[in-house]
Amino acid sequence: MAHKRHRSASPEGWKVAGRTSRALFPLLALILALCLVPGIPESAAAEKPALKWGGDTEGGAPFMFADPADPNILIGFEVEIVERIADYLGMRAEFVQNGWDNLIPGLQRHLYDISINGLEITPEHKQEVNFSIPYYRTFLQLSVRRDEKGITSLEDCTDKVVGTLKQSYAYFTLVDAGVKDIRTYEDEINAYTDLQNGRLDATLFDAPIAIYYAGFNPEIKFVGGPIGEMEYGIALRKEDTELLRKINEAVVHLRDSGELRRVYDRWNLWSPVMADLFQDFSPAKEAPSRFQEWAEHQKPEFTLTLRLKRYAGFLPILGRAAVVTMEVSLAAMALAIVLGLVLAMARIFGPSPVSRLAVLYIEFIRGTPVLIQLFFIFYGLPHIGIKLSPFVAGVLGLGLNYAAYEAENYRAGLLSVPRLQMEGALALGMSRWEALRHVVLPQAIRVSLPPVTNDFISLLKDSSLVSVITMVDLTKAYGQLATTYYDYFGTGILVAIIYLLLGFPFVRLARWTERRMAVAVHGGATPGGTGRNGKYSLGRKPASY
Amino acid sequence: MTKVGAPLIHVENLCKSFEDGEVLKNVSIDIREGDLVSVIGPSGCGKSTFLRCLNCMEYLDSGNITIAGVTVSRTGTEEHLDRPFLEACAQMRKNVGMVFQSVNLFPHKTVLDNVMLAPLVVKKESPDQARENALRLLAKVGLKDFAARYPATLSGGQAQRASIARALAMNPKVMLYDEPTSALDPELVNEVLQVMKDLDAEGMTQIIVTHHMRFARNASDYIVFMDGGEIVEKDDGDVLFTTPKNERTREFLRHFTEEVA
Ligand SMILES: Nc1ncnc2c1ncn2[C@@H]1O[C@H](COP(=O)(O)OP(=O)(O)OP(=O)(O)O)[C@@H](O)[C@H]1O
Ligand SMILES: [Mg+2]
Repeated sequence: MAHKRHRSASPEGWKVAGRTSRALFPLLALILALCLVPGIPESAAAEKPALKWGGDTEGGAPFMFADPADPNILIGFEVEIVERIADYLGMRAEFVQNGWDNLIPGLQRHLYDISINGLEITPEHKQEVNFSIPYYRTFLQLSVRRDEKGITSLEDCTDKVVGTLKQSYAYFTLVDAGVKDIRTYEDEINAYTDLQNGRLDATLFDAPIAIYYAGFNPEIKFVGGPIGEMEYGIALRKEDTELLRKINEAVVHLRDSGELRRVYDRWNLWSPVMADLFQDFSPAKEAPSRFQEWAEHQKPEFTLTLRLKRYAGFLPILGRAAVVTMEVSLAAMALAIVLGLVLAMARIFGPSPVSRLAVLYIEFIRGTPVLIQLFFIFYGLPHIGIKLSPFVAGVLGLGLNYAAYEAENYRAGLLSVPRLQMEGALALGMSRWEALRHVVLPQAIRVSLPPVTNDFISLLKDSSLVSVITMVDLTKAYGQLATTYYDYFGTGILVAIIYLLLGFPFVRLARWTERRMAVAVHGGATPGGTGRNGKYSLGRKPASY
Repeated sequence: MTKVGAPLIHVENLCKSFEDGEVLKNVSIDIREGDLVSVIGPSGCGKSTFLRCLNCMEYLDSGNITIAGVTVSRTGTEEHLDRPFLEACAQMRKNVGMVFQSVNLFPHKTVLDNVMLAPLVVKKESPDQARENALRLLAKVGLKDFAARYPATLSGGQAQRASIARALAMNPKVMLYDEPTSALDPELVNEVLQVMKDLDAEGMTQIIVTHHMRFARNASDYIVFMDGGEIVEKDDGDVLFTTPKNERTREFLRHFTEEVA
């Protein structure tokens, strides 16, 4: 059976954020950062209207994930559902990547119009968004190691170590069941790995996840019956009632025509609770072909050449992600370098209110996590009408943050220049500004440059945080590929190497500046030279400095 | 020995205090154009402060200083430094060159660029003119071959000579030196002092704070002895060293008799 694969998962579709950023030269981005860029520009030449939908490719199988056969393509049962809904509505499904935790804020922020990615219909969620009628109903599944005898139900788990996703329905179910030692995870793969190697005694996950991440694993077995019940719906903004009506109409149509049933059969996701939900008690209409394809790719007997071939296939994706990482980092650094200098000058030479403001800024920024700052800029500012594209928000967030650190580097540089230098320049008739500009600053920069360059290496790594504001950078791409292939190890090494390669020129630059600047400033010791110089000059405070 | 000339420097009732006390107490002195004056005195008596007041590196509290027609003066009752005062100070610095005890050449610039910088920045000289001038001055202090070197590669004596050339590049009317040789190894002292003698021969007005009594006695037109923030005595070197009038002078000079004899 030929599957229509989701084409919007092509590079263009994934790289939602990259589209704005790729063409931009970092400095241009700086200028852009100053004017407020509203949202992401639409590509005009669409025959059909776009149905923009948000999901997280890192969410994993079977919901949506990179096709193991070609990681450039996004597949999953929810991808197929969205596509059928769009077809029914005469629209074109357009995928927008966003982190799972932020799917609802992203909806509010108009990054997309609907969101589908295992979003449970809960009272809390319903306060913020509207849900379509449920397209899927499922339950929680307890998994243990094959040799485990002591656990057959949730009640047996109170004194055991149980793993699940953080802040999930399963987590709260475990809390309610009185399980004392709950370990929470960001993703299911690591949880199941820990179960297998004995760090956990059991895991509790949504049944689809259990089926896809342990169902084919002979070391793990399912115990106990269905626990709890949850329904997934498509989330929409409260005000979009007309779209909600149309989406519901489409879901009802797909259910009644049996199309949804066939999707679930292929993905091996039909179950008695689904039969209940759809009032459809007929036998399977199709073989679980997609599940088998998935299981095939999880086989451990994978030769080295095959593995290397797979990694080679990763390179285009990782390459694009590396470009995003680099663009964000370069632009943010440019911003940090300029703004940092302004801050340092304001702090040291500005009149007291200006100086105090600079200190306040520096301390405030250094005292709050950059992650919070990014969230605030991307999701918070729209509340007061400032809507920035992910790229601009990422550059601003990282740039404003690093500016505070660079300011301190510059300050250290400025303070390292002996006062006698300023005095010597003033004695020659230069004004304070001329002395700063021609004598003090050039020397300060020589001291500051090595730490500034070193900071760039950290910025390169911190840029991974932009994945929380929908950008697909190297770290995000790593998560996507690793969940798809159940392979955090090899992919991890590959990504680490790319980070090293990206950072390498800057490591060299930092070394080089360190050497160069040391020679230029300190040179060979001279009799009566710098040593006594500093001692004599620093104790005094000339009126003119 | 004494040259004829109009007073180029006129200092009247110069007072200066720091938080921990009065450092200069009613200092008054006239110095004629072309004079080479040595200032001696015990440590902490205010010699450096006196020099620094002359080129406004420290602002005087009260009194007045006139050098080459530029006057800075305060009565001691002003609330703050006003604009005309600061402008006079800026002008004063352009007229008065100063060389410090410790080398403060700009380490990131070559010797030539050190000498050229202020003329380029302050006087807006053309680069060609500034270079020509700088090379001439470097030749004068014996550093023609060191123009392209960085300060860190110079000996202490060479560095001080470069500092003198740098100050001369602004065409000052007066040169001040604050113990220019006391950080130097003994064998390097003379090459620096020689530069001052050469300048003296050309008619430059110079004030040197120094501990080199032999130089003070032989090279200067007269010597000023300071103690406790005051000018105690001012006289020809030979007179001061052989028959000082003041008991404090005699006491101070006792330590140096071997050196000068
Ligand atoms: N910027 C300043 N702030 C406070 N006190 C100062 C300052 N500069 C000088 N003083 C004090 O003023 C007094 C005179 O100092 P000054 O440097 O003029 O003495 P000096 O005669 O040059 O001594 P030396 O021979 O050791 O160089 C000293 O007590 C010194 O501590
Ligand atoms: Mg002194």
